[in-house]
Amino acid sequence: MAGLAAIFGSGAMTNSIREIEDMEVIFIIGSNTKETHPVIANRMIKAFRKGAKIIVADPRKVPMVKFSELFINMRPGTDIPLLNGIAHVIVKEGLQNEQFIAEKTEGYESWKKSLGEFTPENVETITGVPKEKIVQAARLYGGSRRAGIFYTMGITQHACGTDNVRAIANLATLTGNIGRESTGVNPLRGQNNVQGASDAACLPNVYPGYQKVDLPEVREKFEKAWGVPLSPSAGLTATEMMNAAVEGKIKALYIMGENPVLTDPNMHHTIKALENIDFLVVQDIFMTETAKLADIVLPAACAAEKDGTFSNTERRVQRVRKAVESPGEAKGDLAIILALSARLGYDMKFTSPAGAFEEFGSVWPALAGIDYHRIAHRGLQWPCPTKEHPGTEYLYKDGFPKGKVPFTAVSYTPPAEITSDEYPFVLTTGRNLFQYHSGTMTRRVVPIEEHAGTPYIEINPADAERLRIEDHEVVSVRSRRGELEVRARITSKIPSGLVFMPMHYHEAAANLLTIDALDPVVKIPEYKVAAVAIKPVLAKV
Amino acid sequence: MDKHNITVKVCMGTGGIAAGGAEVLDAFVKEVSSSGIAAEVGKRCSSEKVGCRGLCAKDVLVDVIIGDQKVTYEHVKTDMVPRIVQEHIVGNAPVTEWAAGEDYHNFHNRQQKVVLSDCGNIDPEDINAYIAVKGYVAARKVVTSMSPSEVVGIIKASGLRGRGGAGFPTATKWEIAGKQEAARKYLICNADEGDPGAFMDRSVIEGNPHAVIEGMIIGAYAIGSDKGYVYIRAEYPLAVERLKKALEDARSQNLLGKGIMGTSFDFDILIKLGAGAFVCGEETALIASIEGQRGMPRAKPPFPVYQGLWGKPTVINNVETLANVPYIMRNGPEWFASFGTEKSKGTKVFAITGKIKNSGLIEVPMGIPLREIIYDIGGGIEGGRQFKAVQTGGPSGGCIPADLLDTPVDFESLAKVGSIVGSGGMVVLDETDCMVNIAKFFLEFTRSESCGKCVPCRIGTKRLLEILERITRGEGKPGDIPLLEEMSVDIKLASLCGLGQTAPNPVLSTIKYFRHEYEAHINEKRCPAGVCRDLLTYSVLPEACKGCGACLRACPAGAVTGEKKKLHSIDASLCVKCGACFDACKFKAVKKE
Amino acid sequence: MATLKINSIDVVVPEGTTVLEAARKSGIYIPALCQHPKLTPFGGCRLCLVEIKGMPRPVTSCTTPVSEGMEVVTTSPTIERLRKTVLELILSDHPNDCMVCEQAGACTLQELAYEYGIRENRFEGERRQYAKKDGNPFIERDLEKCIMCGRCVKICDEVQGVEAIEFGYRGFDAKICTSFEEDLSCEFCGQCVAVCPTGALTGKLWSKKGRQMGVREVDSTCPYCGTGCSLTYHVKDNEIVRVTSKDDTINEGLLCVKGRFAYKYVNSPDRLRKPLIKKDGVFVEASWDDALDLIADRIKGIKAEHGPDVIAGLSSARCTNEENYAFQKFMRAAVGTNNVDHCARL
Repeated sequence: MAGLAAIFGSGAMTNSIREIEDMEVIFIIGSNTKETHPVIANRMIKAFRKGAKIIVADPRKVPMVKFSELFINMRPGTDIPLLNGIAHVIVKEGLQNEQFIAEKTEGYESWKKSLGEFTPENVETITGVPKEKIVQAARLYGGSRRAGIFYTMGITQHACGTDNVRAIANLATLTGNIGRESTGVNPLRGQNNVQGASDAACLPNVYPGYQKVDLPEVREKFEKAWGVPLSPSAGLTATEMMNAAVEGKIKALYIMGENPVLTDPNMHHTIKALENIDFLVVQDIFMTETAKLADIVLPAACAAEKDGTFSNTERRVQRVRKAVESPGEAKGDLAIILALSARLGYDMKFTSPAGAFEEFGSVWPALAGIDYHRIAHRGLQWPCPTKEHPGTEYLYKDGFPKGKVPFTAVSYTPPAEITSDEYPFVLTTGRNLFQYHSGTMTRRVVPIEEHAGTPYIEINPADAERLRIEDHEVVSVRSRRGELEVRARITSKIPSGLVFMPMHYHEAAANLLTIDALDPVVKIPEYKVAAVAIKPVLAKV
Repeated sequence: MDKHNITVKVCMGTGGIAAGGAEVLDAFVKEVSSSGIAAEVGKRCSSEKVGCRGLCAKDVLVDVIIGDQKVTYEHVKTDMVPRIVQEHIVGNAPVTEWAAGEDYHNFHNRQQKVVLSDCGNIDPEDINAYIAVKGYVAARKVVTSMSPSEVVGIIKASGLRGRGGAGFPTATKWEIAGKQEAARKYLICNADEGDPGAFMDRSVIEGNPHAVIEGMIIGAYAIGSDKGYVYIRAEYPLAVERLKKALEDARSQNLLGKGIMGTSFDFDILIKLGAGAFVCGEETALIASIEGQRGMPRAKPPFPVYQGLWGKPTVINNVETLANVPYIMRNGPEWFASFGTEKSKGTKVFAITGKIKNSGLIEVPMGIPLREIIYDIGGGIEGGRQFKAVQTGGPSGGCIPADLLDTPVDFESLAKVGSIVGSGGMVVLDETDCMVNIAKFFLEFTRSESCGKCVPCRIGTKRLLEILERITRGEGKPGDIPLLEEMSVDIKLASLCGLGQTAPNPVLSTIKYFRHEYEAHINEKRCPAGVCRDLLTYSVLPEACKGCGACLRACPAGAVTGEKKKLHSIDASLCVKCGACFDACKFKAVKKE
Repeated sequence: MATLKINSIDVVVPEGTTVLEAARKSGIYIPALCQHPKLTPFGGCRLCLVEIKGMPRPVTSCTTPVSEGMEVVTTSPTIERLRKTVLELILSDHPNDCMVCEQAGACTLQELAYEYGIRENRFEGERRQYAKKDGNPFIERDLEKCIMCGRCVKICDEVQGVEAIEFGYRGFDAKICTSFEEDLSCEFCGQCVAVCPTGALTGKLWSKKGRQMGVREVDSTCPYCGTGCSLTYHVKDNEIVRVTSKDDTINEGLLCVKGRFAYKYVNSPDRLRKPLIKKDGVFVEASWDDALDLIADRIKGIKAEHGPDVIAGLSSARCTNEENYAFQKFMRAAVGTNNVDHCARL
């Protein structure tokens, strides 16, 4: 979310889930909302019932298309030309918000010039989207002042993910659809507490509350708060850690509740990295694929067995409560970290979740007004600086932290890997409705497994026909990094030339195939585009 | 031979076609053109099909008109055609022995035809035939020279009330709809005629579809609608076909479509076929059905005139209501109001069926006594049996007994005696009908046609029916009559739509007028009309039995025993009460009680 | 705004409010089975009938919008008689097996039967009989308990946008089924289960796990996607037996298949129960002290030899704010490196 933070000042969803229902236009790009965020999709359907017009831009015919006024079926990895093309038409037709541009933005004129080549005709050539649809999208989104954009990993999980986000931000800035109710740029977080883990600074370059580690005055503040000298240089990102491990530059790795073997791209590479580490500790609730490689495995409590808070995708801090006791000797993560810290001779200064949260609020003003008592019934959205503050439903009501919002020219870079005669299909990965992430939790739920326990690859009927593949037949899928076997699911929801695999299944792990090309700024891997070859396993005469 | 034009009109309503009308028409065409008379009379002689003229019991009906002399033949078959052509058309000597008799003329002479005035006289598939009888004159006048409120004013002055059942003033509906501010309004013609034994709407559309279209144009103009629907049962193929043709013809003459008749008024009509669910005649269910949803009614208010099809103001008028409109506009409201009673103006079309001699379609002035319909027009009861009751209003209506036969037929009077005008079905019952069984028959219909949405109708009609079934099986219990009454009242009050609100009417009215029949079933386990099989006993009258063995041979259950020429007897424990012995006996020696 | 009188009390509500909503807002009780605040009015159960001055017959308050000057009576001998008749009719076609019904204690029909004291029933007759026919692993359907209120059909369409189920057949034989009884195409969000007023729709996982007695409710937040739905764990004897969500939550009581049905991982037999130390390639159970001591020793040793920046930590979006805060503080303050990250990008 660094891309977004650089533009507006904060890297979170600018508006709230509740506000969706009063939007006029909802622009969903790169998000299979109905399957990955079903209850947010409910809110979008509620808006639809109230008359909102929905635009869905996705290479796949995702379920929200059913409610769309306009479905833009672009080629994977062509988000930038599409978004720039829409901006081009908005400017050409004079739909931009002149007052907002004049008062709150900078760099408009030079950015406008950068749109020159993105005519609907050119964009049609790159994206495969008929130019009429680009014009229609511009009129819908640009014609509304209560329009919100929603995206997820379909935007960010590209080598050009940061630029994708910039292109989205440009659209919102161009129309002034930000800083007001029922508008905004709204990345939907894929996991329950990604927002919280980021806020709490499990990030290598910032302290809690996105305070940069390389700013001396910030470091001093935290040295004072924590009572120890701190490292002045930013650390490694997760993907960089794996690369460093392969090179022997990481000796010890402590993993709390993660399963990178299955969730990181290029699985062979990840396994090699972890095996190269001298001392690997994994703290989890199950013996995951990653835990199996560990030197020590610590049994942790799950979400239903501990007290604390999660922060959702709309920055809402909500209570998590202990419902049952942990099995055996499993302990809460906090207790384990406290015990370990004590053994390293460092006193954390707090002993309970409430104490930890209080300290978190003391170092980050945006949380200062929130305490367990205030969120006993309903969570509060940060920023919430004082105990009287009602929380913040949408950001930038009173302007932007950095003053003016910059327009950023974004040029089109094709995906890192393109198809070839040998690898003629584009593989894109993602989630399905029933499973979650690496499946450590959902795959242990019997009814979920009964219903959605089999991995599959989605393939267009025409492609299947050409390759003589039957529905449910086992096919081999090969990329430059790996190969696997999986059953075909033939569906017209996916266009010809594209195939889709869900990420949840270790027995057909999509990340054996994906590429570890990274976005240069935020280091997100390109899960959404990899070139693959497909053939039936049983040769046919 | 004089030089008058000769016209042969063959009834080609559904009844006429069923009796062989198409073949008869063919035969006339062939006979006239090929029998060597073409040179003389063929040029002057046209054979045409016309719509239903009501007396379906006597189909195929054929008019031979020479000059102003009309002779109507009844029960015409193809083999009768050569003689009619030779003797009547060529020889100018009507075949009197085949000509319709007094019955036919009584049937017609006592009627007052407005809606049906052109039915049976004009070719329904020829728009020019309608135009020739002043068709579309009223619509033209309305759209070119009148304001919508003037139209409403005329309809109001005529006193026209909805012919679909409830009798709501048509002008009021139009007036409210006209006042609604909306981007679009709809006018729907309800042709989902579903009452058992009712065929008024079908006959009107088959016989004169343009009158309905003209009525819709006038209505649409009055309310400001540019889009109309005719919701018609798919089981009416002939009506649908004729309506389709009529719509095409009207469009081709700029009577429908954009800027009709040279004005800026746009109006067109679509046909929507219903799938035969009775409840879809209920207006909110009909709307749901047009919207592509399950045909289930919704609660009113809001009424369709405020929020109807696709949420827009919608007027729903019955076929007959709309077909009256052109005649009212043409002849003036005073003319229309001169028929009928103070509160029920005009005429009403009824379909009379059951135990009546002249079953068929009639149109009479409102307020005519039931007795006149049944005896003067209908010719009385078949086989000289005793009249028992007439069920009006179909399954939603009630049974009216003999001592109320002087009740005038209008909205208020029929309601007063516990029945309704309804859409115009009339089923005549005689002494061989069991009233409990009749109530059961109608409940069977409503139970199976209930959409299932609301509790009182879905479960209530089922429970009512179960009790009636019990009673007719001889398992009635002492508290059954009050229970039926209690339930009926509650179902009527609590149900969502007209179907449930009226479904208990046959039960309530039969209990009201024929309570003794219920009591006989429950207390004496006896069916006075001898209909309820489980309550019958068959025995042999010793003095009449000749020992012929006919009953023994007819009995499917082996319950009859007896030697040839000796007294037979029936074993009650084996008897299945089928009545075969009763029918088989030529000596009236089998007794049924 | 419109002013109306309900039982002679003046009530002021916005135009478009239904009479039922207006009454509830004013604390006036009207029974109802098919009405639900999330759904458009249905008007099928007929329990919310009221009398409105000027209207010729009782009308359903759930479908009737208020109007200025309206005078409503919510209870009268006639109205109460009709409600009782309706309830008796429903119960005459209901198994009435509350003893063994999963929904007992949380069943609106049971509660209304209790309220109206229906012990004897004037009506008796055939009950619908259905062979159970559902191949799905989430939702238990007992059509014999279905009162055809339509809530499930409407929530599936209006709220979930799926239209997996429809009304089929007519009259007494009407039932809820898929269109043309084709195979079920369902997201298994369980919204239908949540709004079913009887025991017709329940969770298969709940079966015989506990109803009301001895069950605690614990409000928490869903551990799956980033929406952060509020949910309520129903706990009996240290086991989660059901998950629901309350209507006044940010998610308005809606959940998805994972939030509602995927909770059984908690007591999976696969859960880790003891610390494990790998010896010669095999995990051996250890005490917490031994495991933590060993970790502390190794970190100290590596740090002493190579400095803190060869040590790294990966945290998780599944952990709480407090745990994540403590983890990065541990890496930065106790270990001394900024090598800390989590899976936000993945």
